[in-house]
Amino acid sequence: MTTSPPRPFEVVADLSSLPSGAIGARHLVWWGNIGFMVIEGTGFALAAAAYLYLMTQSAVWPPAGDALPGLLWSGIFTAALVLSTVPNLWVLCCARAKKAAAVRWGMAGLVLIGLVLMALRGAEFAHLGVRWDRDGYGSVLWLLLVLHTTHIVTEWAECAVQAVWLFTHEIGDDQFSDVEDNANYWSFVVLTWLPLYALIYWAPRAL
Amino acid sequence: MRPEQTRLDRLSLTWRDPPGLWGFLTTVDHKRIAARYIVTALLLMFLAGMLALDMRWQLSTPENVRMGPQLYNESFSLHGSTMLFLVSVPVMEAMAFWLVPLMLGQRNMAFPRLGAFSYWLYLGGVLTLWISHALDITPDLGWFEYPPLSGPAYAPGHRADIWAQMITFTEVAALAASVNVAATILKMRPPGMTLARMPVFLWAMLVASIMTILSMPAIMLVTSMLIADRLVSTHFFSPAGGGDVLLFQHLFWFFGHPEVYIIFVPATGFVSAIVETFSRRPLFGHSVIVLAILSIGALAFGLWVHHMFAVGLPRLGNNFYTAASMAIALPAGLQIFCWIATIWSGRPWLATPMLWVIGFVTTFVIGGLSGVMTASAALDLQLTDSYFIVAHFHYVLVGGAMFPLFGAFCYWYPKATGRMMSERWGRIAFALIVGGFNLGFFPMHLLGLLGMPRRVYTYPAGMGWERLNQVATLGSVIAVAGGLVFVANALVCYWRGAPSGPDPWGGSTLEWAGEAPAPSWNLAYTPMVDSLTPMWNGAAPLRVADGVAIERREVLITSVTDADPLYRQKSASPSIWPLLSALAVSVMFIASIFTPWAIVVGAVPIGAALTGWFWPQRPRRNRG
Repeated sequence: MTTSPPRPFEVVADLSSLPSGAIGARHLVWWGNIGFMVIEGTGFALAAAAYLYLMTQSAVWPPAGDALPGLLWSGIFTAALVLSTVPNLWVLCCARAKKAAAVRWGMAGLVLIGLVLMALRGAEFAHLGVRWDRDGYGSVLWLLLVLHTTHIVTEWAECAVQAVWLFTHEIGDDQFSDVEDNANYWSFVVLTWLPLYALIYWAPRAL
Repeated sequence: MRPEQTRLDRLSLTWRDPPGLWGFLTTVDHKRIAARYIVTALLLMFLAGMLALDMRWQLSTPENVRMGPQLYNESFSLHGSTMLFLVSVPVMEAMAFWLVPLMLGQRNMAFPRLGAFSYWLYLGGVLTLWISHALDITPDLGWFEYPPLSGPAYAPGHRADIWAQMITFTEVAALAASVNVAATILKMRPPGMTLARMPVFLWAMLVASIMTILSMPAIMLVTSMLIADRLVSTHFFSPAGGGDVLLFQHLFWFFGHPEVYIIFVPATGFVSAIVETFSRRPLFGHSVIVLAILSIGALAFGLWVHHMFAVGLPRLGNNFYTAASMAIALPAGLQIFCWIATIWSGRPWLATPMLWVIGFVTTFVIGGLSGVMTASAALDLQLTDSYFIVAHFHYVLVGGAMFPLFGAFCYWYPKATGRMMSERWGRIAFALIVGGFNLGFFPMHLLGLLGMPRRVYTYPAGMGWERLNQVATLGSVIAVAGGLVFVANALVCYWRGAPSGPDPWGGSTLEWAGEAPAPSWNLAYTPMVDSLTPMWNGAAPLRVADGVAIERREVLITSVTDADPLYRQKSASPSIWPLLSALAVSVMFIASIFTPWAIVVGAVPIGAALTGWFWPQRPRRNRG
């Protein structure tokens, strides 16, 4: 056992010329964002597995007496969500190019688009055709839709807070990265919806 | 050279916490957060141990009247829930919080405020369960609360809700911690520490974090579904309403089985670190151990149905899960052979941490063998819900995770406190705990084979179970006495232990490079790594890099595979917002036991707190 002082150092390199920021997967926060997407994606996958499990336990699906979920409003919502990818990716490009004015107005546009999406989602809920407390089918249908709706709402709130900040402050490199992370999260919310949409609206019709 | 005092003073100024209570509430220092995680978990381990002792007292004689059935149900439910959700998983994350930045030569975790948030939310879960216990709303359906027993028809009141929501607290905390640990290990390794040069400890913590990220959503989902069944009349688990009770079991064990390995895999990291240092040679078969950990991480997701052999699943399914359960013994066995080979070919030094490793290997092998037995679906049908299972999982969890944890505690104690624990009292504690544990739990195998079911509050005389139960109780008393010696040793040596110096064991990895106790900024410079054992360089000076700022909080970010320096990242300063956010989330969680509207209303203060947390401090826009 030794109680000698800490090991001496020999300075052999200098890191002070490194930049103070990065974009994309080089950035630390990008990985944190991915971590939370994996958590939430796993949640979606398991909820979808629960849906399929209950489906296999039932002789007919949806169970006798339950209406099929409506295709009109869900179709409009899905089309709008997919189309929202265009302005979202445009904001992403502007953030990477560090265009302050475009990022500010682009984010404000996304806030408005989020409001439209939430209104469409409300109509979609109204045309599901079954309540959550009617049977297991209704419960798991609402589970999937509520889970995804929380993502729409939180993403909208994040856009709103970012928009307010961006319009009132000088934007630094880290904030452009924040906008980029937010845009990636928007894409995540769009991509997770597509399999859920197929499951909720087309699995009962196709299987 | 040695760092200049002016540099160290500047670092201390940059990385210090505000003084007093405000500093306590706002700190983002990974060591302070980890220490309070560890102290909280140890306190809970003591409480859970007292519950265990009480239950052993009850079972020491037939038809004992110390406890009635309700109190016994509450005792084992509280014991199991506390040990699994509030002790085992959090304490492993806490060890990662404490050690990962030190072992990387970094100044803090990737997301310092997320670490603080994680602890406060975990504390919320602790208080939810134990304040409810004080108010006599103790969960009473075991640590896995199956419906229909926990559903609205059979479990009125709020005992089941408390259990379900305690889980939500701790799992959000664990998920936040895991993202933090994984991002830190992947993006903040020192230059030169490629994936191939990463110590086993870091691999273990990385794999355990990824396993947490992939498994814990299952338990959050299933407990939320249970609360929904109880609160808003959904029918997930009610067969009459088109639901299915086995859905709960599938989702629960999809989390529950990986959880066993989320507890065990970090322990393999402790053991690898201790074996290397105390065998005084680099670990034998580093790549084999890393691959074994990776394959355990993957296989652990294919075993969950072996907890459900008795529920009547198709035979082919049972066969698959029998095979998978036996397969996982292979990588576990490979690891053990590598550790034995390291000890065998090294110059072993039997200090207390190494004793714990030996206690671990022997006890865990017994638990592993009874695991191979219960992996057989046919045999499991006979053994399930008997004391054999109680013996098996205590051998695996206590022997496989708690013994390495105690060894790790003794090993890294000097780094945390600057003092040595008493070797003599350490050996006494070791002998009492390991001896008492085996005396207490080995007879339970026999009790199980003799037909004694688990979770019974008493048994009639004349079953032939009395003597073995008394031996088990005696063993538990001895083990608890050993635990008290262990804690007393740690407490006394905190003030009176011999000064340890920075590297009392001659450790191989970077946490031993700096001062002990580690200062708030950890290392004065950024280390450069060129081997698996950077401290074993023949006592030559450590090669380091300068250039990461000392006048502001800054950390180095490197690439994922090769650890090439990429950029310098600002590191978060102390903040009250993680605590306020955790408080807002806690209020929402508790209120949502009573009304679903709490989720809607409660989202507002949570949103406000998170906005305060992430609101960047930059100059206002000039509109001139």
